[in-house]
Amino acid sequence: MRSCRIGVITFPGTLDDVDAARAVHYAGAQPVRLWHADDDLRGVDAVVVPGGFSYGDYLRPGAIAARQPIMRAVSDAAARGTPVLGICNGFQILCEAGLLPGALVRNTGLHFLCRDQRLRVESAATAWTAHYRPGTEIVVPLKSIEGRYVASAAMLQMLEAENRVVFRYLGNPNGSLNDIAGIASADGRVVGVMPHPEHAIDPLTGPSSDGLDVFRSAVHAVLGAVRA
Amino acid sequence: MVVDVVPKADILDPQGEAIVRALARLGFPGVREVRQGKHFELDVDESVDNETLHRIAAELLANPVIEDFTVHRL
Repeated sequence: MRSCRIGVITFPGTLDDVDAARAVHYAGAQPVRLWHADDDLRGVDAVVVPGGFSYGDYLRPGAIAARQPIMRAVSDAAARGTPVLGICNGFQILCEAGLLPGALVRNTGLHFLCRDQRLRVESAATAWTAHYRPGTEIVVPLKSIEGRYVASAAMLQMLEAENRVVFRYLGNPNGSLNDIAGIASADGRVVGVMPHPEHAIDPLTGPSSDGLDVFRSAVHAVLGAVRA
Repeated sequence: MVVDVVPKADILDPQGEAIVRALARLGFPGVREVRQGKHFELDVDESVDNETLHRIAAELLANPVIEDFTVHRL
């Protein structure tokens, strides 16, 4: 049987690439390490842009990383429908790269938040959430200071109308507009999420295993497409 | 060349609000609003015209989703 290969990008300052690779492995796929200076994706079936502080958050979180060679390859792949997931700083990078709308700015309370966060999965119509039932509540870690999602009123309206709000906070911790914790591209293949599903794949090391279905969903999206 | 970047008026600026509160505590209650931004000084050669500078500001120095920028020559 063909295996699913999921790339995990490392930028200078990335922190969560090891956990993201571990989550990919737990989901039954083969993690493939990708480096920011590479200009191709080594033929992977899907890509995870993990969290951390790429380039020290210089200029704006994700601003420098979004303009590195590997992100051009990610943009090209996303245009072909390759599933792409950005987590935390990875979400910021995808917004800065123009792969997702809006931006992530300083938390309303100005504090860095580090907590186990309840979320509601709003949409299963994406490559990264198809294994969830819409309305399911999950608990995954949140750890960010620039986590408040903002977009224009017109864009928020469009995201809601098109069912592209993928995760919503229960008890909004950071002032995100419409309680948004994660969104999807119009085709549902690119998803950005501020909290960390890759830290919640095993009760031994996280608050739950609620995040594992994010990665299983992508494996299914890839292998299902191969069979079809 | 100078590029100044500030948060858009309709984007909440909690840092600016914290500065307003701190000023009031220091005895400057008359400050109604502060918007905290960034100031870039660029040393450029003749090849960088005004149009190029606007592209530099829009494509990297500012994020037009959340920030406005102004460009001026010193």
